[in-house]
Amino acid sequence: MMGHSTSPHPLHGGEPRVQRRGALALAFAQTLAKSRETTLFVVLVIIVGGTGLAKPEFLNLQNLRDVLLNVAIVSLLTAGMTIVILMRHIDLSVGSTVGISAYAVGSLYVAFPHLPVIVALAAGLGIGMIAGSINALLVAVGRVPSLVATLATLYIFRGADYAWVHGGQINATSLPDAYSRLATGTVLGVPVLALIAVALLVGLSVYLKQFRPGREYYAIGSNPEAARLAGINVERRVAMGFVISGAIAGLAGALWLARFGTVDASTAKGIELQVVAAAVVGSVAITGGVGTILGATLGALVLGVISIALVVLHVSPFWEQAIQGALIVAAIAADTLLARSVAKRMMRKRDHG
Amino acid sequence: MVKPASKPDSALLTRRAGLPLDWETLLVVILALSLGAGRLLSDVFLTGENLANVLADLTEVALMALPMTLIIVAAEIDLSVASVLGASSALLGVLWHMGVPMPLAMALVMVAGALAGLFNGLVIVKLNLPSLAVTIGTLALFRGLAYVLLGDRAVADFPPAYTAFGMNTLGSTFIPLPFLIVAACAVAFTLLLQATAFGRSLYAIGANSTAAAFSGIDVAKIKLRLFVLSGAMSALAGIVYTLRFTSARGDNGEGFELSVIAAVLFGGVSIFGGRGSMYGVLLSLLIVGILKNALTLADVSSETLTIVTGALLLASVLIPNLAARWRTLREKRALARAAN
Repeated sequence: MMGHSTSPHPLHGGEPRVQRRGALALAFAQTLAKSRETTLFVVLVIIVGGTGLAKPEFLNLQNLRDVLLNVAIVSLLTAGMTIVILMRHIDLSVGSTVGISAYAVGSLYVAFPHLPVIVALAAGLGIGMIAGSINALLVAVGRVPSLVATLATLYIFRGADYAWVHGGQINATSLPDAYSRLATGTVLGVPVLALIAVALLVGLSVYLKQFRPGREYYAIGSNPEAARLAGINVERRVAMGFVISGAIAGLAGALWLARFGTVDASTAKGIELQVVAAAVVGSVAITGGVGTILGATLGALVLGVISIALVVLHVSPFWEQAIQGALIVAAIAADTLLARSVAKRMMRKRDHG
Repeated sequence: MVKPASKPDSALLTRRAGLPLDWETLLVVILALSLGAGRLLSDVFLTGENLANVLADLTEVALMALPMTLIIVAAEIDLSVASVLGASSALLGVLWHMGVPMPLAMALVMVAGALAGLFNGLVIVKLNLPSLAVTIGTLALFRGLAYVLLGDRAVADFPPAYTAFGMNTLGSTFIPLPFLIVAACAVAFTLLLQATAFGRSLYAIGANSTAAAFSGIDVAKIKLRLFVLSGAMSALAGIVYTLRFTSARGDNGEGFELSVIAAVLFGGVSIFGGRGSMYGVLLSLLIVGILKNALTLADVSSETLTIVTGALLLASVLIPNLAARWRTLREKRALARAAN
């Protein structure tokens, strides 16, 4: 009944009704997407406000700066993970990539102490792209399920890191001041590291929203078969997603080195779980097709703020992980229930509207 | 070629790949090769004492891999197993310090583990959520509870009668006592998966859970039982780990979930569910244990060894995939030639 504009359907009123329904569905989908991010924002405000009321000293610039520095790297990794999860895939190897890239960039500085900062960052990015390409090959060409492929490369990259580093360590003394200033320096009071992260996050967000490849990630995650039939080169797009995720992890490794100064073979071990957790808390659906960079970043912020709030509130740090875990389960459950109630409402609207 | 009708499940993977033997047979060959490699790498490899080490070291991973096999066959996953192990270990320490007698403490820990599994199962089944996401959450939650229970303290003053069980071997043989538990559980789980209606229903659920539900299988109830079983077995692993190392700590067994999943997948169980056998997983556990032991004897550090685990994991999926592709390519070429 879609194309009968000249002779309206006797029972359903023809095309105008169809269009209205489409618009309604769209409006609902938009409200839903917005409400997820709004909810996260409200949660964030409540945590900050609540902690600030209990301990006024929480609301100072130093804490704000700490949150920004801590969250900058995790939020970048979460953005990369978001692209992968959107396609119904997962990248468990990011922690190992961060580790090997951080040590590699550090070694570069040991060998060439006067390396320009931009070259060091590019080197980190390049190492990450190589790691991401390996994942991309395994998943897109070798047809290895991404959970298996990236679990394997998590082991292999980390093992290679240990074999290479052999108990060694790189210290902040090997790094030029210009490089350390990436983390310690500020522009108008905002840490440079946070500015880099924000710029990249905005870029990635625009890429996902406005560009064809960005929309294709959503299409693949919503329905891989339909995406293929719609003419999307699914393999190429999936491969690209893994390369981007790897590249971000590589860059994050270089930034990690600037932030912490000391790196060894165990750097960033296990951070992949924190990253997946941030994405999930940020309403990126593990079943693919749903999620935004803004949501993922808010998810990372919520987790980062909680961990600092716990310190300020003198809660034993041993509670942090348990609270994070409970939050992840609650976030997934709330998200799914919300999505289902909206879907039900839309069905009712369709049937009775 | 493989006889198509006689062994449909185990042969499918390799038949599709065009390999002239099924995955389990291939694993037996690899097992023999790794035993030979171990003998070549070190003179002490084949001594009773060292073989005891091999068996003892795979205790906890094996105890958790058994229920994990059932779960993955049913197309679900449980990433929280190692965290349940840690929380169980911590709980055992706390209960013992509170003066609870060991048998009661161990029973309580098993119940707590089953409850942890029940929590996973209820969230997954009742809210119909993906198990990957839920158990990533409970991985953090249960590990967090382990730290809440014990902090960074350790409890090490368990009664010697119990810790001796963790360290001694059976009579004058080289078989470690904890391995008896593994062997008994392995037999029970093999029977459960390969010889009962429950086991067959897992394959049906994993292959197509909607179809399984329509054919009268209570999918929700079975999945719930699987997660309870996984929780209880992880608690058992936590108890054994604590006794073997005479140490209850919150961070016990951290990261073991990856080794468990790697062992199950290398055993030929499909991550998409519906395919695989317990025999394959048992062989895979032995192979991984032997290779790790042999390479450790050859002075390879345990951290570097993770490369081997990763490579085995990749090979188990990549080789059949590439072989299948190569075969279709050859068939296409043959068809083209025939057409000419």
